[in-house]
Amino acid sequence: MSNVRSLFKTFFLTELLVGMSVTLRQMFARKITIRYPEEKAPQSPRFRGLHALRRYPNGQERCIACKLCEAVCPALAITIDSDVSEDGTRRTTRYDIDLFKCIYCGFCEEACPVDAIVETRIHEYHMENRGENIMTKDKLLAIGERYEAMIAADKAADARYR
Amino acid sequence: MAEIRNFTLNFGPQHPAAHGVLRLVLEMDGEVIQKADPHIGLLHRATEKLAETKPFNQSIGYMDRLDYVSMMCSEHAYVMAIEKLLGIEAPLRAQYIRVMFDEITRILNHLMWLGSHGLDIGAMTVFLYCFREREDLMDCYEAVSGTRMHATYYRPGGVYRDLPEQMPQFQPSPWRKDKELKRLNERRSGSLLDFIEDFTDRFPACVDEYETLLTDNRIWKQRTVGIGVVSPERALALGFTGPMLRGSGLAWDLRKKQPYDGYGKMDFDIPVGVNGDCYDRYLVRIEELRQSNRIIRQCVDWLRANPGPVMLADHKVTPPSREDMKGDMEALIHHFKLFTEGYTVPAGEAYAAVEAPKGEFGIWLVSDGANKPYRLKCRAPGFAHLAAMDEMVAGHMLADVVAVIGTMDIVFGEIDR
Repeated sequence: MSNVRSLFKTFFLTELLVGMSVTLRQMFARKITIRYPEEKAPQSPRFRGLHALRRYPNGQERCIACKLCEAVCPALAITIDSDVSEDGTRRTTRYDIDLFKCIYCGFCEEACPVDAIVETRIHEYHMENRGENIMTKDKLLAIGERYEAMIAADKAADARYR
Repeated sequence: MAEIRNFTLNFGPQHPAAHGVLRLVLEMDGEVIQKADPHIGLLHRATEKLAETKPFNQSIGYMDRLDYVSMMCSEHAYVMAIEKLLGIEAPLRAQYIRVMFDEITRILNHLMWLGSHGLDIGAMTVFLYCFREREDLMDCYEAVSGTRMHATYYRPGGVYRDLPEQMPQFQPSPWRKDKELKRLNERRSGSLLDFIEDFTDRFPACVDEYETLLTDNRIWKQRTVGIGVVSPERALALGFTGPMLRGSGLAWDLRKKQPYDGYGKMDFDIPVGVNGDCYDRYLVRIEELRQSNRIIRQCVDWLRANPGPVMLADHKVTPPSREDMKGDMEALIHHFKLFTEGYTVPAGEAYAAVEAPKGEFGIWLVSDGANKPYRLKCRAPGFAHLAAMDEMVAGHMLADVVAVIGTMDIVFGEIDR
């Protein structure tokens, strides 16, 4: 009896047809893909993307050049020089992040005692020339200024877990 | 009469079926393999040496990049080795979170394996279906750690952050408004645990779908049954672990044999194969998908009922919370000490192994009492499996090499390190 059944299965390609019915059903099912540039997949407030340097609401730079991020960076991607600024506070004169070295582990953000360096949820960026991979202090501050609302909201959403 | 010699064929290092940068030098007699000689080292990044130059915590991120398909499992082994040396234990909640994410990682890995193995042997559709489910699990990774792959989430003494109360949601777009958006966000309306629970509810049906496509399929069986047979004795002698060993019929699983973290409290079964061929290893891995699903479900139930700390409060090893750090001088000092020089561990050595999706992933750590490892050694399961390549493919046809590479679940990140 089992021989007959096996012969039947072999001859009528049953298991292949059952498999194809799965794919056929899928053909009429709702699409699971999204149309990328117009709509995007959900992003967590914890997302670790492009870096930014933040300012206090009064416009003062947060970074105090304590160099904790430089020390904790596993990839040695951060370079900091510091000096006393005009108003007598300690500030960075140079704050470079090499995006090619960075492994986006988020340790810099974790280490920063004043929430100055953060990783934002920006993940779509590119470079067109050599050297653009170095994010200088000006560039980082500019990103921070531009996206401050988003960054502040993300940090507030995650504050109670940290 | 002309002399007939064997033909030497170079397979890889740039070959879509080589799963990375494997270079195989094959000695062929017609289309039959006489000898296979794997050449490795093309993805060597000196992770072990690199770890010797950094404080312990800073190498966690590099563990993700060893086996880049099962990220958190490698982290787990490293973190456990440090914990062993320090003589500390993570809080129970952190242990359950680790177990849950280890199993999520296992599903991620096996889905990737199933997809690419299928693709190698000619089953395109499974690949797409597998990635559909992988996407949800990647979202879990992102919700908890902030990245979809290289999480850097486990820490000695716990995990970095607790599970979020809110799942990230789809935003309105020109294509999807009110009703459509609501449907998309339905699963994401609750916390991460709700999302994972919903996943565990529908995942078994997805596994059934993969099985419908493959398990009885005659083409799949022709390509896998009787290919790359390894006897239990040989599997042991070759140092196999994980599904490669279980496929040969040995019920060896570190999660059962030497339970670490919360695994002792989990209820699950170890699937074993009978014949030790590619098909049995496929069945073992499929069953592991279902078992992992069971474990995740148990973790979700426990985590829901038991809130608590996810990190030790010993601030000589783990950083204080940000709130404390900003208000308390002592906490700030701890914070600065930890993020500059890290912590020192007592001199000695420790070996910690986890049941990674591919097999036993172990970290052997030697400390001379400094804040950096004196020596770090990774025991990568894929290395032992690849070493058996010659034995497994000898006598098979050229096309079977691809099936054998697939069944070994090779990832070069861990083999070359």
